Amino acid sequence: MSLLSTIAVALNALRRNPTRAALTTLGIVIGIAAVITMMEIGKGSSTSIRKSIEKMGANSVLIRPGGRRTGGISQGSGSSITLSPADAEAIARECPNVARVAPVISASGAQLISGSRNWVAAQTVGTSPEFLDIRNWQIAEGRCFTHAEVDNGARVCLVGETIVREVFDGESPIDSELRIKNTTFQVIGVLKSKGANMMGMDEDDIVIAPWTTIRMRVTGRTTGSAGNTTSTAASTPGELYPGTGVALYPEQNSQLIADTLLKPKFTQLNQIIFSAADTTKIEEAITEVTLLLREQHRIRRDQDNDFRIHSSGDFMKMLNSTSVLMTNLLLGVALISLVVGGVGIMNIMLVSVTERTREIGLRMAVGARSRDILKQFLIESVVLCLVGGAIGIVLGHGAALLVESQLGWPIESSPGAVVAAVAVSAAVGVLFGFYPAWKASRLDPIDALRYE
Amino acid sequence: MALIELDGITKTYFLGEIDVPVLKGISLAIDRGEYVALMGESGSGKSTLMNILGCLDRPTSGDYRFEGEELGRASGDRRAMVRNRRIGFVFQSFNLLARTSALENVIMPLTYTAGDLSRREALRRGREALAAVGLADRMEHHPSQLSGGQQQRVAIARALINRPPVLFADEPTGNLDSRTGIEVMEMFGRLNSEEGITVILVTHSTEIAACAKRTIRLQDGLIVQDGPGESEARR
Repeated sequence: MSLLSTIAVALNALRRNPTRAALTTLGIVIGIAAVITMMEIGKGSSTSIRKSIEKMGANSVLIRPGGRRTGGISQGSGSSITLSPADAEAIARECPNVARVAPVISASGAQLISGSRNWVAAQTVGTSPEFLDIRNWQIAEGRCFTHAEVDNGARVCLVGETIVREVFDGESPIDSELRIKNTTFQVIGVLKSKGANMMGMDEDDIVIAPWTTIRMRVTGRTTGSAGNTTSTAASTPGELYPGTGVALYPEQNSQLIADTLLKPKFTQLNQIIFSAADTTKIEEAITEVTLLLREQHRIRRDQDNDFRIHSSGDFMKMLNSTSVLMTNLLLGVALISLVVGGVGIMNIMLVSVTERTREIGLRMAVGARSRDILKQFLIESVVLCLVGGAIGIVLGHGAALLVESQLGWPIESSPGAVVAAVAVSAAVGVLFGFYPAWKASRLDPIDALRYE
Repeated sequence: MALIELDGITKTYFLGEIDVPVLKGISLAIDRGEYVALMGESGSGKSTLMNILGCLDRPTSGDYRFEGEELGRASGDRRAMVRNRRIGFVFQSFNLLARTSALENVIMPLTYTAGDLSRREALRRGREALAAVGLADRMEHHPSQLSGGQQQRVAIARALINRPPVLFADEPTGNLDSRTGIEVMEMFGRLNSEEGITVILVTHSTEIAACAKRTIRLQDGLIVQDGPGESEARR
């Protein structure tokens, strides 16, 4: 008996009682529809998470100073001065898997003043031009500052959309003056809007300036946000970058020089941000940077790192794992409904076997073997489940589309889910159809023919 | 070589503690082209004997040979194949598939025939078989749209679809009125005389048995009479 004719026989049998077949398979329809909807919503949300991370700079990695321990009490991340511009330079020079590096000094809480308006930006950062590349950020208007301007500690800055709106009343701020904590900067560019990041923070509420300028003129004046930066004010850019002519302090006389201790040539960075040469090379880049920084900081083999590395991949993994967990939970519920649907199939198949006992007897009398009967009922339940599965796929996709249009959740159709749904419904058909089919195949033809 | 040979067949049903012997040692041979009526009271074992003759049931002991082949102890698959290719059954209650056309009913056994025929060939044979029983104009009718006599003729067409050498009929006229019953019996007679098909029918009616050329009468699981049919005897 060929598979094709068995399927034809099964379809005929189902056609004889269409209402019952439809109701029987309803459980499968609902189960599969639920699975498909969950998969599409789950995939959609993880894609949107990935996209928002990519917006942030997909392969960007953050190095932050480690925590300082004083007598066993940790001061928390960023409490020790460990990252220096020299580290950033070394990374750029020595790590082949690192594409770009930018030092970051944060001057959060600095007041911005322009005309009669004032504003405190969510982020005021001092960095180098690479920062924009690493963060995958474009300039909407104007230009970015140059390396020369960084070296010179030029008083230029870039502003985000929010600053334009709040401080400049939405008018083009190019060449306007912006005072950051009483230092006048010239606005030379406007950043393209990024919107809120996935933590809900406004990414456009930002001022970016050369890190040398921020360090010397903004954070340097008072205790910087990262704490112990007061001393850094003592080192002038002239020492780090020859050729800069900015005199920040009056000339010291010889007496003062003699009284002053040797100035530490050390600048605390809040972060170093770098991008890997390739998204797949993030792990290698992190390993290289870790080894280099340990060397730079002269960390002994048994000592812990005095810095921390956060890659956006970690972040993505974390966020993704949450969404994956939710999806899996809902998927679990959907699968339970599939099992319930399968029990429904088994129940009706058992009824059907009993009802068609005489038919089974007749088929055996005219030459059906046990395995033909087994096959027939098994295929009947599989066909039932597959038809239900197909309807479920359509309904589930429809439900996902409805969710997208009504709730605005991102969805993404997944061919894998469709394949899985087909496989699962066939498996349910075999699993729950087997017992009734086996029961049918065990019937004795004589008893079956006599059955009333 | 006889078509069917029984040698010392017994059949006992084991119902819990009690053994119920139904056939107590039956030996007989049926040749090709015979027209046999199995008669007997209810409980005489005639249905059991027919089930064994028709390869549906296995004897408890004794030999059952069909066309010389021992089938009493053969595998279920082998016996199913013999039923499919070599034996036709007609039942008292027709046993047609409900909500299925006469034609589909007739070609149903072909789905179990090894070396599946093409659907077209199967349909062609089905139409032929239905035409042979005079139902050429009823092919697409469902059983509920057919009279009892027509249903039984569909059942006969189904039994003959694989052109078996032997046809078993269990009370074939039991559910029919006398006129259609006679029609069906005439059809059996024609199949026997013109096509040379061996017909074995079970009945308790002497009238029906009179159509047969040989009558075997059972009582309490034993053959009490085996001879020419009533009609032959009267001649």
